[in-house]
This record gives sequence, structure tokens and C-alpha cells, in this order.
Amino acid sequence: MKIGALKESFEGEARVAITPSSAGHLTKLGHQVFVESGAGARAGFSDDSYRAAGVTVVPTAAELIGSVDVVAKVRQPAEGEIRQMREGQTLISFFYPAQNAEMLALAKEQGITAIAMDMVPRISRAQKMDALSSMANIAGYRAVIEAANNFGRFFTGQVTAAGKVPPAKVLVVGAGVAGLAAIGTAVSLGAQVYAFDVRPEVAEQIESMGAEFVFLDFEEAQDGAATGGYAAPSSPEFREKQLAKFRELAPQMDVVITTALIPGRDAPKLWTRDMVEAMKPGSVIVDLAAERGGNCELTIPDERHVTENGVTIIGYTDFPSRMGAQASELYGNNVRHFVADLTPKKDGVIQHNMEDDVIRGATVTRNHDVTWPPPPPKIAAIAVQKPKEKPKALTVEERRAAEALAFKGETRRQVGLLVAGAVVLLLIGLVAPFSFLQHFIVFVLACFIGFRVIWNVAHSLHTPLMAITNAISSIIILGALMQIGSGSWWVVLLGALAVLMAGVNIFGGFLVTRRMLAMFQKS
Amino acid sequence: MEYGFTTAAYVVAAVLFILSLGGLSGQESAKRAIWYGIVGMALAVLATLFGPGAGNWFLSLVMIAIGGAIGWVVAQRVQMTEMPQLVAAMHSLVGLAAVFVGFNAQIELARVLRAKAEGGVQVFNGFAAVLAHKTPAEIAMLKIEVFLGIFIGAVTFTGSVVAFGKLAGRVDGKPKKLPGGHMLNAGALALSVLLGILYCAGVGPAIFWLILITLLAFFIGYHLIMGIGGADMPVVVSMLNSYSGWAAAAIGFTLGNDLLIVVGALVGSSGAILSYIMCKAMNRNFVSVILGGFGGEAGPAAEITGEQIAIDAEGVAAALNDADSVIIVPGYGMAVAQAQGAVSELTRKLRAAGKTVRFAIHPVAGRLPGHMNVLLAEAKVPYDIVLEMDEINEDFPSTDVVIVIGSNDIVNPAAQDDPNSPIAGMPVLEVWKAKQVFVSKRGQGTGYSGIENPLFFKENTRMFYGDAKDSLNKLLPMID
Repeated sequence: MKIGALKESFEGEARVAITPSSAGHLTKLGHQVFVESGAGARAGFSDDSYRAAGVTVVPTAAELIGSVDVVAKVRQPAEGEIRQMREGQTLISFFYPAQNAEMLALAKEQGITAIAMDMVPRISRAQKMDALSSMANIAGYRAVIEAANNFGRFFTGQVTAAGKVPPAKVLVVGAGVAGLAAIGTAVSLGAQVYAFDVRPEVAEQIESMGAEFVFLDFEEAQDGAATGGYAAPSSPEFREKQLAKFRELAPQMDVVITTALIPGRDAPKLWTRDMVEAMKPGSVIVDLAAERGGNCELTIPDERHVTENGVTIIGYTDFPSRMGAQASELYGNNVRHFVADLTPKKDGVIQHNMEDDVIRGATVTRNHDVTWPPPPPKIAAIAVQKPKEKPKALTVEERRAAEALAFKGETRRQVGLLVAGAVVLLLIGLVAPFSFLQHFIVFVLACFIGFRVIWNVAHSLHTPLMAITNAISSIIILGALMQIGSGSWWVVLLGALAVLMAGVNIFGGFLVTRRMLAMFQKS
Repeated sequence: MEYGFTTAAYVVAAVLFILSLGGLSGQESAKRAIWYGIVGMALAVLATLFGPGAGNWFLSLVMIAIGGAIGWVVAQRVQMTEMPQLVAAMHSLVGLAAVFVGFNAQIELARVLRAKAEGGVQVFNGFAAVLAHKTPAEIAMLKIEVFLGIFIGAVTFTGSVVAFGKLAGRVDGKPKKLPGGHMLNAGALALSVLLGILYCAGVGPAIFWLILITLLAFFIGYHLIMGIGGADMPVVVSMLNSYSGWAAAAIGFTLGNDLLIVVGALVGSSGAILSYIMCKAMNRNFVSVILGGFGGEAGPAAEITGEQIAIDAEGVAAALNDADSVIIVPGYGMAVAQAQGAVSELTRKLRAAGKTVRFAIHPVAGRLPGHMNVLLAEAKVPYDIVLEMDEINEDFPSTDVVIVIGSNDIVNPAAQDDPNSPIAGMPVLEVWKAKQVFVSKRGQGTGYSGIENPLFFKENTRMFYGDAKDSLNKLLPMID
């Protein structure tokens, strides 16, 4: 099939849907690849570099749409672009069908198959096509870079001859892909990073990235698994508690990066006017949710502005596009993985398999039909987590009482054992001859020493321990040696055999142990 | 030579043995500890040869020399992966030796008593002289000790032989029981006790009773260990180790030899403690391990959904090249495939590339306690990056890549998640918390305990099928 990438018509968009490297992979799948002239220019890919990768460069958009079967682009399609497409053609791009009903209707009318990259289900098999994640990752990184650019201080703490520099404090609100990427970037710049999310299960991920999870003591916690890993709206009480926490943090934070989004809704307002006013002059807020109204009340979409008290608020909505080369590379890979799923036989023939969870989920119109929203996927995205029971914190008195109880129980047990043991020994003493008891003392003491000594043996040395005790247990040779010199030939024969076997054991056991121990070495 | 001198030598030997076991608390001091053991043993043997009661020097020395030569050759030739079998095989020798010594005691006792009854004034030498001085009460005690020594020794002997067979793969590892199961064991035990009482009471032909007891004990040892699955062999081996110690201690009582008693008790208690530690590590009841088979299941195990996703060497190599921290979890499969050399090479390369590489060892990984440590040490993996479960379990969430090589049950999340799983409650390595897990495994089969492992179906798990050694060797050239 013929696949072509359009030049983005949206003002200022630098990304492109097919890069020279992804074009190579598409060719390997048996497809012919086309691009509109200048499509990759702003991402740093010249027409010549496309030609070098075996791509046919076509001068205009109309010509491209006319000559290919599959049109790939990044931004959601403009009306004119859809109108130019003909029945049966496939369009791969971001689509946002929920907010874009008109375009959806138009695509249906035109009879094109529209594949929305933003509708790829969040299952593990589809991760390689998850363009939302790959773009969010870039946005998170870029957000920190923009913040650093607008922040008049170091991110990292330093002690220099010219004075001490405290590390910047960064708060990341919403630990999705973008939030986690922002945490990672800010941490690697040396900042002290705090992060908040309504889903308690991401605390582990936040901490794994090196940030501190801002813990909110609240009963009703969300289980992100129920919503496919996305956040859901929270109750008013929870929201109050959350805002109170933010108010408490606002004066301390130098940089705030908000990434909180709820699928299919406007961005929740989490950073209110009074919080901005409470922040220090020179602080920076980067609102990654600006496109959907912003998490910060004062955000102006697509603009950077400074408030009266000197706080810079960045509301750009084109973070991925600001890193056009990288974003195109990743988006191009997402697209080519999707095309790979569409061409299972790698023969250049597209089989639009509507039984496939991923393809079905992403397809929004097909054969003059709106196929959105899709049925729920057959595989649940994330296993439902069992609520973890928190260990109840004991008060000092309770703990002391528990300890006293444990101590008493232990004492009772020990005394009981000792009494029982003593009684048994006394009973033995009543019947057993004196000479036996003499040996018995030795035996009991040796048992005790054995118990004590073995508790301390390092776990990794258990095999050598076994080998050495095995060697030592051939002490039985003493018995044989004592008997071998007395009595009948039977005794001598059995004794000699016993000596022989014990001899094997002594030498074998010690040698093997030595071999083993000699191998342990420090790095 | 004087009795006093021998006893003094025994005291020194006993102290040396205690130091030898105590020295195993650290890798460095262990290298010294082994010499304490060797010297102690040499001292004990010499003192006995020179001491009262020994005779037939020539025969003794020849036998020690022959035995020593055999032991030497075996110890030099054995592969480190065959260590479990070897230890089990050697236990059987101790058990059999104890049986022989016990029989000798009875033969001598009979001779001395007969001579006494005839009333002739006879001069006994050696062991017989000790017996001649015994009072009737002491002789009764002696008989009990002989009975115990022979019984425990015989159980140790066949038990160890079966354990050897199972570990060496010559006997099927699955638990097997004759019809009647534990009742058969209990019956044999009751019968031996009955025969023991007959023997001690001096009714009927003593030697005949002892032979019958030995045969019964042989059967018990065989049947008991046959009924225990291969996965529990580490516990079995250390338990047999303990038995051989108790047998030696019982013989020590018979012969009135304190060193035998001390060392027997040391070995016996150390084996018992080791078995206990391992049972605790598996969260298993000691009794149920010894009696074989897992405890009764409470209900059906949870169904596992999803698919096992395979990956090839390129994929693993790419992930490893990207990773900063790697944890390797070896298991019995690594030992079987003899892959420890390849693992070591992989570790070296990854460390050279500046990555953090560590090993996580589960207490019951392999077929012997500490089995994995020995194999890794053989392959020259430095021991300070080889960590225990408790030390490393918290680090999995911050780890990029975990490679599971031939282990199964010890990384089974069902132990934590599924209360109906047969291994529920057993502490496991929480590998699934890492960002990515690769499982090197021969096929889709289950582990030794025969249960499915949900880890293989997790979305961050990829299966790297194939023989562990071949897989790793394929992987090695791709790591840079």
C-alpha cells in the first residue's frame, strides 16, 4: 500500500508523522512511502534525507492525498484535509473524537477509515503505539526545561566560595506519564522534587523516580485500575483536603508543574489564585493542562505571562512540538508500529481487523459508520489491585503492653521447657547408671553449643557448613578404631569397613569444603 | 598410652571442632575454620590410635589410607553442581559406619558376657576390657544406646542413598509412597521398638533382633525419603546430616567416648537448626516437610489469565544495555544448565559497563541450603554482590531489569496474592515489582512444586525460552 505523511497545516506545528527512519521500517513492511515536500523541514528532516531513505517526495498536499491509500499526520485533521480525502482511504492522526464531533461526522460522510492515535487502548501490547504516552513524556521533560529557563536560579543545591545555593523545590501535580517524566528530569537537574497524585498506587512509582510523595491522609482513595490507569474526578471533601495541602506547600515551592487531566473533561482547577499569590517572586508555574483550560486559575493558554507578584505562569500547549525532531521520531515510531499491526503478514497489504482490540479501539469511523466509542477491550488494562491494609500504628502504651505480654509469654514458655526438661532428666537419673549421666552432661552441653554456634552461620555458607559437618560427623571413625583391635574376625572386618568409609568421608568432606571456601572472593 | 593424655587431646579436638563450625559465620573466617576442623580430626584420630583400647594399627592405617585416597579422588573430581548429591552420598557412609560399629559393640558384648558366665579369668584387651567392667544396669543402658545407634544409622544410610538418587536424577523426584503411606512407616517403627525391647531385655537371639531392626530401619529410611518431593530435598539433606550426628552421639554413649558424644551432638543440633531455618524460609511446617507432600489445599487455586510473551536475545540485550540496575535471580535451572560461568561473564560485562548488578538468593534456591552461593562463587562472582532475600527484596521496585534464571516457585507472586495456592505464605522474591522481568526458562512447564506461576503472565514479564546456558551465551556478544 502507499502511505504518505502530510505537512502539518496547524500554525507553528513542527512535528511530522513519518521520519526517514520510520519510513525505512514502513518500507520493510512492504509499503511505499510518500511525504509532502517540506513536511519534515521544521523537525529537521529535509526532503533530501527523505529521498535518501527511499521516500517519494510529492510537491503538494492535494497531490499526496490523491496518490496514497493511507494518510498519516500528527494534529487532528482540518476540515479541508478530510474533504480532500476519498472513500476508502485511511487517515492516521490524533483525532480526539469526544471533542471533535463535527470532524467525526465529516469523516463518516466521506467514508474514510479514521484511526485516532489518541484512542489506542492502554494495554501492554499496545504500548509501542501509545502516542499519548510518548508525547506526554516529551511534554514532561520540556516542561521542566521551560521552567528552568524561566527560573532565575539553579535547580541544584551548591556550596560555592561565593555562597551557598539551596536546591530548587519542585512540586509536580499529577504523576501520569508527563508527571513522571517531569519528576525524572527535575531530579536529574538536582532539584528537590515533591509529587502529588490522587491515585495512591502511584506513590511507589513517584518514589522510584526519586521524588517524595505528598501524602494526603484521606480514607477514600481512588483505584486507578478501575479507570484503565487514568484518574477520575474526586469527591468535594477530597478536593478540599487536597487544596488545603497545596496551600500549605505553595509558599515553599519554587517551581510547580501541573499535569492533572481527567479523560473527557476540562482540567480540574487545582492551583488557585491565592496559591499563586502565596508563592515567592521568581517562582515558575508550568501548566501542562493549559489546552484543556489549565490546572492553574491564572493560566492563559499558549502564553507565558508574569503575575503581579512576579510569578511566571507558562501555558504553552505545544510542548511536544517544541521538541519537533524528538517528538517526530517517537510519533513516527508509534505510527509505524500501528501500521505493522495493520499489516500482519508484512506483505504491504493492510488488513483492517476489527476483531483486534487495539485496531478496533483506535478506529473511529469506517465504511460510513461512526465506530466510536469502542466496546470495552477484552483484556483489562491493569489488574485490579487489592486494597492494601495499612499496619495500625500502635501508641506507646499499647506497644509497651504488647512487649510486656510477649516477654511474659516468652518467659513462661522458657520456664515451662526448663521445668519439663529438668523433670525428664531427673526421671532418667532415677534409673540410669552414674556413668551414663556423666556422659549425658557432656551431651546436653554440646547440643547447646551446637545450637548457639549454628545460628550465627552466614546464609551463603550453608552448603560449606553442611559439607564440614558431614566431614566432622565421620568422627564415628573413633568408634571403629577402638573396636578394630579387639575380638573376633567379624569385629575386625566390620571395624575395618567402618574405618574405610569414615576415611572416605574425612578426606572427601574436608577437601570439598576447602574447594568451596577457596572460591568465595571479594570484588 | 595414658587415658589422661587421650582425654586431653579430645578436649582440644572438641574445642577445635566448635571453632570450626563457629568460624563459618563469615566468608573470610571460614577459610581458617576449615583448618581447625582438619587439625581437630587429625588430633582425634591420632589420640585414639595411641590411646587405650586401640589395636590393629596396621589395618587401621591401611584402611584410612585407602579411604582417604578414594575420598581425595572423589573430592577433586566432583563438579560444584553435583555438590548436593555428594553430600548426601557421604552421609550414607557415616550412617552405615554407625551401623557397623553398633553391631561390633553387640558382638563384643556377647563375647564378654559369655566369657564371664563361663567364669574363666580372662584378660580382655581393647574395647572388650571396657565392657568387662560394666555393671548390669550399665549394660542395659548400653543396649539401648546400641539400638538407637544402629536404628538411626540405618535410617540415615538408606535415606541418604535415596536422597542421593533423587538429587542425581537417578530416582524420580516426585513423591512416591507405597500403599499404606505413613501407616507403613509407623508400623515399621513400632515393630522396631518392639524388637528393641526384646533385644534389651535379652530375650532370644540378640544379633538376630538387631539384624531385623536394621532391615526395618533401612525400609523406613527408604520409604520416608521416597515420599518427599525433590523441592524439599534441601531440608532432607540437612535433616539426614542431623541424623548422622545423632547416630554418632548414640555410638559415643555406647563406647563411653566423650568426643564422639560432643561431636555427634554438635553435628546433630547443627543439622536440626539448619533444617528449621530452611523450613522457616519456606514458611513450611517442619513435620509436614518430613512426612512429605504439601499440606491440604483449602480450595482451588486462582485462575491465571493472560498469555506468556516470549522475547529473543536481541530484546533482552537491548533492555540490559538500557538498564542502570540489574538483579539476577538464579535458581536450580542455572545449576542444571551449568550456566553459572555464563552468568558470571554476563555480570562482568554489565559491571564493566558501569551498571549495578546484584544477585538475589532465596534461602531455598537450589537443592541444598546455600547451593546458589557456592555455584556463583565457583564462577568467580564476587560474594559481596550476592545478597539474601531480606537484604534485597525492598530494592526490586527501583530496579530496571530482573533476570530470573531457572527459578520458579521462589519468585511466584501467588505465594502472596492467592491464599489458596499451595505455597501461600511462603516468602518470595518480589521480582514482579521491577520495571522489567526476563525469565530464562526451558519451556512452559511448571516448577518443582507443580503449580502455575502468575509471574510469567504479568505484563512486565517476558519469557526468554531456551536452555539457560545457550540463551546467555547468545546474549553475551550483544552486550556492550
